[in-house]
Amino acid sequence: MMALETKQHILTVLVENKPGVLARVAGLFARRGFNIFSLAVAPTDDERFSRITVTVDVASAPLEQVIKQLDKLVNVVRIDELAPEAAVERELLLATVTSPPESRSRVVELVGMFEGRILGVGSTEVTVSLDGSPAKVDDFERLLREFGIVALQRTGRVVLPRLDEIND
Amino acid sequence: MKLDGGQALIKSLEMEGVETIFGLPGGAILPVYDPIIDSPIRHILVRHEQGAGHMAEGYAHATGRPGVAMVTSGPGATNIVTPLADAYMDSIPMVVITGQVATSALGTDAFQEADITGITMGVTKHNFLVTEAADIPRTIREAFHIATTGRPGPVLVDIPKDIVDPNNPRSAMDWYWPDTVDLPGYHPVTRGDPAMIRRAAELILASERPVIYAGGGILKARAAEALRALAETCDLSVVTTLMARGAFPDDHPLCLGMPGMHGNYTAVTAMQEADLLIALGSRFDDRVTGKLDGFAPGAKIIHVDIDPAELGKVRRPDAGIAGDCRLVIEDLLVAIAELGGPETQPDRSAWKSKMSGWQETYPVTYEMNEPGELLKPQFVLETLRDSTPDDCIVASGVGQHQMWASQYWRFNHPYTWINSGGLGTMGFAVPAAIGAKVGRPDRMVWAVDGDGCFQMTAQELVTAASERIPVKIAILNNAYLGMVRQWQEMFYDERYSEVYLSPDLPDYKMWAEAMGCIGMRVESPEEVQPAIDKANEIDDRPVVIDFRTDAREKVYPMVPSGKANSEIVVDPALGQGGR
Repeated sequence: MMALETKQHILTVLVENKPGVLARVAGLFARRGFNIFSLAVAPTDDERFSRITVTVDVASAPLEQVIKQLDKLVNVVRIDELAPEAAVERELLLATVTSPPESRSRVVELVGMFEGRILGVGSTEVTVSLDGSPAKVDDFERLLREFGIVALQRTGRVVLPRLDEIND
Repeated sequence: MKLDGGQALIKSLEMEGVETIFGLPGGAILPVYDPIIDSPIRHILVRHEQGAGHMAEGYAHATGRPGVAMVTSGPGATNIVTPLADAYMDSIPMVVITGQVATSALGTDAFQEADITGITMGVTKHNFLVTEAADIPRTIREAFHIATTGRPGPVLVDIPKDIVDPNNPRSAMDWYWPDTVDLPGYHPVTRGDPAMIRRAAELILASERPVIYAGGGILKARAAEALRALAETCDLSVVTTLMARGAFPDDHPLCLGMPGMHGNYTAVTAMQEADLLIALGSRFDDRVTGKLDGFAPGAKIIHVDIDPAELGKVRRPDAGIAGDCRLVIEDLLVAIAELGGPETQPDRSAWKSKMSGWQETYPVTYEMNEPGELLKPQFVLETLRDSTPDDCIVASGVGQHQMWASQYWRFNHPYTWINSGGLGTMGFAVPAAIGAKVGRPDRMVWAVDGDGCFQMTAQELVTAASERIPVKIAILNNAYLGMVRQWQEMFYDERYSEVYLSPDLPDYKMWAEAMGCIGMRVESPEEVQPAIDKANEIDDRPVVIDFRTDAREKVYPMVPSGKANSEIVVDPALGQGGR
């Protein structure tokens, strides 16, 4: 396993909207010792189903086995594996940063450059949000840290196939 | 029709054709036990919930129909986790109903509460927590559908008390029975891909040294006849794994017997030297392959399995076919005929004479005991084999006795061998034999057990005695945890750590009699035959024979753990086994 090259894989898993489904899916990764890098779950346009978007760092050979095992779960309807270059990825970040009046304009400027939003302002802190590609959100988070993070939360990625990939 | 949930549950089981439930009641499942009194379903009251699970497995092994067990919440449910894991590993169709605390008490650490759906997620094919009485018929229908289709397996249905308790308004429901199941994520494949089947046919017709590697999937797919047709049409030798013993007759000239860690020399070596392995319903288990990178190095692989996840899991196939073994073999025979039939195959006489040479040089063998020495377990098994009908069902526990039984019996019919292969559950034999006898009362059923195994589940003989289920138990009593002792002798410099059990503590004859069975003890070769004859005549209660066997006896051949199959060690009496 050590010799195999690991890389990031994105799986979108369409599941029945039933209690315990997330535990079944997460359990399969845990059983193989794979760490889930990010995870997002939400209902789809059809209320019977939810979509789980999971990003894992793993070599492709064991991942193939995990996908087959996932497919065996009775509540899993469909699995698609997307290479990062074949996917449109978005993630949302919320952060509250230290921002006394003297440095506040620099925070506002940074949020403006990234096309983020100011969600709330306190006497010494501001809460900001940004949605974008994971790389852009990473950059934004790194720059925010210079101000001092009070609280930070990211959603994990949601993904759809890139359209020109489908049209090919 | 208005029913309460408990009545609906029992009626659903009747609709599924359930004839027997193995179970033990308790607080949370109490309301479901009341309608059992009025149901035609036979309930067999076990003495421990693990026994109920293994009986349901034995029943399923012997009949092909799903075994059903019912137990209460908490400890009742956790006691049946081992049988669930066992059935999951060996793909046994089984439905287990567990009681649960009331929905309002879920997650509150209520008395006898255990999160059994959480606990069993990894050892069931699927499980359900039912929260509305109206969902009971649909869920039972789905549970049986999932347990019996595709790759069979165990399904657990957890039933909170309030939805089955007639005194609770939440248990009221209008009876219905669904005609179909709606499982959008569950579509087992059955037909194989025609292009891959054609590729497989080409590989078979071009092969010079082919071997069929038949696994338990042959039995699950009811494919024994199809397997025989394939083997005979193309003159293919067949190994039958531990889970497939009986899937191809041991007396057939093309049968090579069992491969694997304790397989015979010819079966192991034929696979090693094959240029083509035709894996049918087998899963390249580590006990078969030995050290993986030394396994069958020159062989191309055809792999047929109903579970797509098995294809390429261990060894990448040259032709991987997801599908039902029986249907795929039938299609394969058509493809072979279309490609010109077996006449186009290369001459394999050199390969066949090589194999028969191995069979002559390295038979599975043992030396008879000297006067005054303890019995040889192999001698007991040979005598038992020769004193029972050809269609006798044999159940075994796990360890040396299991391997000897598999090696020395002649399995000529499918569904005559019942054992715990994947999980290796000690104590499996007694309850599994009881379940098999319940399913096939027309057949003689013997359990071959070890003394260590027997002590784990012997209490179920009380169940068998009280229910008049006349199973017969042969304990190969060597006073040790024999397989562990063998490993300590061979790989731990004869340092025997915690393996001695004593031959007469407990006194097995007296124990058997205390449980309502006939008990016998056999210590010398001349007593073996009369004791077996006497046991075979008893048909109104269980019989237990305590055979005092030689603890020094080891299971040979053996591929030492972690070694390649080419390093197989045969019985020292045959001299050097390897090449």
